Amino acid sequence: MIATPEIQTARTRGIANHELLEVSMGPHHPSTHGVFRMNVLLDGEVIVKLTPVFGYLHRNHEKIAEKNSYLSAIPYTDRLDYICSMTNNWAYVLSVEKLAGIAVPERAEYIRVITAELTRLFNHACLAGFLLQDMGALGTPLMYAFREREKILDLFESLTGSRMMCNYLRFGGCRCDLPDGWLKQAAGVLAAFSPFLDQFEALLDENEILHARSEGVGVLPRELAINAGVTGPGLRASGVNYDVRKVDHYGIYDRFPFRVPLGEHGDVLDRYMVRILEMRESIKILDQALREIAPGPIIDPKAKLRNLRPKAGEAYGRIEGPKGELGFYLISDGGPTPYRFRVRPPSLINLTVLEDMCIGHSISDVVIILGSVDIVLGEVDR
Amino acid sequence: MLGRGIIRGLIETGRNFCGSYHDKERLTTVQYPEEKLAPQENARTIPFLVYDGNDPVAGLRCTACTICEQECPPQCISIVKDTVKKPDYLGKMQLHPKVFDIDITVCMSCGICAEVCPFDSIKMDQVFELAQGKRSMILHKNNLAKSNTYFGEIHPTEAAAVNEARAEEVRKAEAKKAAQAAPVSA
Amino acid sequence: MNALDQIFVTIQHWLAGLAPAAVQPLVSMLLIIGGLMGVFGGCFALTTIIERKTLGRMQNRFGPNRVGPFGLLQPMADGLKMLTKEDIVPFSADHILHFLAPVALTVPVWLAFSVLPFGRNMYAIDLDCGILFFFAIGSTSELAIFLAGWSSQNKYSLVGAMRAIAQMISYEVPLVLASVPVLIAASSLSLPAIVHAQSGFALGWVPRWNVFTPWGIAGFALFMIAASAESNRCPFDLPEGESELIAGYLTEYSGFKYALFFLGEYLGLFAVTGLGVTLFLGGWQAPATWLEWIPSWGWFALKFGALIFLFIWVRATLPRLRLNQLLNFAWKFLVPLAVVNLVVAVAWWQSSVWQFPGALEVRWLLGTVLLAVPYVWLGRAWNDVESAPRHYRYAE
Repeated sequence: MIATPEIQTARTRGIANHELLEVSMGPHHPSTHGVFRMNVLLDGEVIVKLTPVFGYLHRNHEKIAEKNSYLSAIPYTDRLDYICSMTNNWAYVLSVEKLAGIAVPERAEYIRVITAELTRLFNHACLAGFLLQDMGALGTPLMYAFREREKILDLFESLTGSRMMCNYLRFGGCRCDLPDGWLKQAAGVLAAFSPFLDQFEALLDENEILHARSEGVGVLPRELAINAGVTGPGLRASGVNYDVRKVDHYGIYDRFPFRVPLGEHGDVLDRYMVRILEMRESIKILDQALREIAPGPIIDPKAKLRNLRPKAGEAYGRIEGPKGELGFYLISDGGPTPYRFRVRPPSLINLTVLEDMCIGHSISDVVIILGSVDIVLGEVDR
Repeated sequence: MLGRGIIRGLIETGRNFCGSYHDKERLTTVQYPEEKLAPQENARTIPFLVYDGNDPVAGLRCTACTICEQECPPQCISIVKDTVKKPDYLGKMQLHPKVFDIDITVCMSCGICAEVCPFDSIKMDQVFELAQGKRSMILHKNNLAKSNTYFGEIHPTEAAAVNEARAEEVRKAEAKKAAQAAPVSA
Repeated sequence: MNALDQIFVTIQHWLAGLAPAAVQPLVSMLLIIGGLMGVFGGCFALTTIIERKTLGRMQNRFGPNRVGPFGLLQPMADGLKMLTKEDIVPFSADHILHFLAPVALTVPVWLAFSVLPFGRNMYAIDLDCGILFFFAIGSTSELAIFLAGWSSQNKYSLVGAMRAIAQMISYEVPLVLASVPVLIAASSLSLPAIVHAQSGFALGWVPRWNVFTPWGIAGFALFMIAASAESNRCPFDLPEGESELIAGYLTEYSGFKYALFFLGEYLGLFAVTGLGVTLFLGGWQAPATWLEWIPSWGWFALKFGALIFLFIWVRATLPRLRLNQLLNFAWKFLVPLAVVNLVVAVAWWQSSVWQFPGALEVRWLLGTVLLAVPYVWLGRAWNDVESAPRHYRYAE
């Protein structure tokens, strides 16, 4: 929101008169979203201006990836949005496959869909838990969400060797095949997830306090969401039907008939409910994928691991990550390292509308609105 | 009606409270260090070097090709080649490393070194209780070398596959040698 | 009655008898004070650990269990930590007021324990206006919070203190209004008399506790909600919420003074819970004659423990209300309901002379309907912010 010179002078005068209070929330924050700071100008309890300040977690990801080979960049993408490492891997690998023209066998596509949807499940569960923690529910829904997340992390550990930093997808497929019994274990985890969602909804869906705290709070109008480039559940909660899985038809998502839930008001409650409904759709996709996956090769045998030198050109590969559209823009000059490696971080782009959502609300609401935007600082700062 | 959602929430929490006394599902804490979860077979933490047999120097599989050093993303491996060659499991003369250092505070446990090694000589270990009082921890060749038997204990499936592949190579080399030694009957 | 029931009274008389006759009343009172402080201080320590372990169990985890068996020595560790922390007082703060505030919080709360009957013949003082004294003393804690916020000379603390006081004053009204029907029923302001008024059994087996009447149930619910708001417990813990920016009136306190604030808060919780047990749950009386082998102070402790468990249970489940919602809830929902409750209580007592068969059922029906209708109507009005039920559409 651009302030005109008149508004800016009024604000400076207000600060000098002690009518307006300038406060810095963070970077060392009681509500844990990472090291993120918000400079807030308050009129009593109401917010007049909010400036996000970030960069406390900048780790030079893009520069490092431009110095190392294409293969070495994959573990660094795990650490972007550090809770959703599988989808980060997929976005990067997709853009390299576009750049170098590598095909992916069918079993690998199924494995990619399964891991991506599992990631989406526990990301949305964690968000629901953290949002309620910010509202003051003292961690109870969070602990229930983490209980289910542990089971999925065990699945990832038996598949890839690591719970969070999976480093699993490769150009042209996956690093290694599913171990024996993995599909059965995954089916068991999924079977327990639906009752967990039912219990979670019983705990919270009709909760009057949740509704009172989140209805009408942090409304994001449809036009503003589209113009600002917001993507993901935040965009769909404002009523815009845009899901990259349906738009780009990447992978084999065309084989799965799933619906895209849309909200209407664009407030915190809508963003929360859209994510809960998306979890149910993900469970359907996973059921189908676990049934349909067939044995076969998991990586294109002609794909090079080491010393990949794509022909000169550029490619932009994007996926529907749990937080929004995650994209990688790569320019190759024919050498062993990318000439330009650029990440389109959904958390950062979704944060640009934070001020517009928070103006006019009180401080208690800012924490909740920030929680509903669903940011991870690893992705915002890279 | 006002209060219905709150009552449902209270029932759910109450169920968790009562369940935590008899249902393993509702009290999932593992009390480390008295109880430990066994690591999964595929778990990876830091790399280690594999040696065949009982001699960590003579049986070391590493040939100092430095592929792992080049591919390591945070560049935590540092290798210095030795000038003396020694025979490998097929009898071919190979170089070996004089110095093989891994800085495990830099290592990011990605496993790329194990993936690209052409000689199955560097694999991922499962130890995670590595904390010490020092700031930088560099493991040298003698710390890193562990036997093939140990590899078989921590990664049974992978070790079995590697052993089978190496045995196959040995068989093929012997067959070739036998074919060369015995003259071809006309 | 039996010896176990009166054991504390007996010990007190015996110990006081050892002192010279001139100072016997003083020694007797000092013994009571010492006993109260010991028991409720220990209760505070025990409650902190039980709360953490119960919250943990509800969240599928153990609570603290490393210090001592089952973590029971955790309060000792916490107390030691608080005692050894540096006591930082801001340079520009008013030192005298800064020191006085935690003291001003804790002392009145100890005074409030003096009128509660913990068992048969076990009360410190039987004031004729016991309940009035209790509420008056309880209100002094709000002054202490204001002292804390003002003396810190910190804008955030002052605003936080204002919010806390607004909350506590607003919830005093339903608290007192919910207890007025009890006074009508007992025709007395003295707490031991209120307990005696709840003795006996209706229909032969239902105890005559106030909670077994329509106005009693509603009054008890109102009292409990107002009590948790008075003690700043979730869902009303905005003044000490951790994810709020303004850390409130406790910002500038560290070390032992911080511990004293928490002590004062928990003791306030105990006092108001004890009052709730006395007013609505029949005090120290057993629910049936064949259960009277458990001593009266044992029954008080059981009921008290059940209510504390209820507070912990609610804390684990519900998120926090925002300040304006909190105040709206008090003034626009609880206060009207408390007034209606008063009317229902009066109607109940006036209609107690009815003798026709089925009179009890009619009185119950009348009371329930008179309470349910405003509850549903007010509930709709309070919930009516944007409450069209939401339907989410799907795109293919």
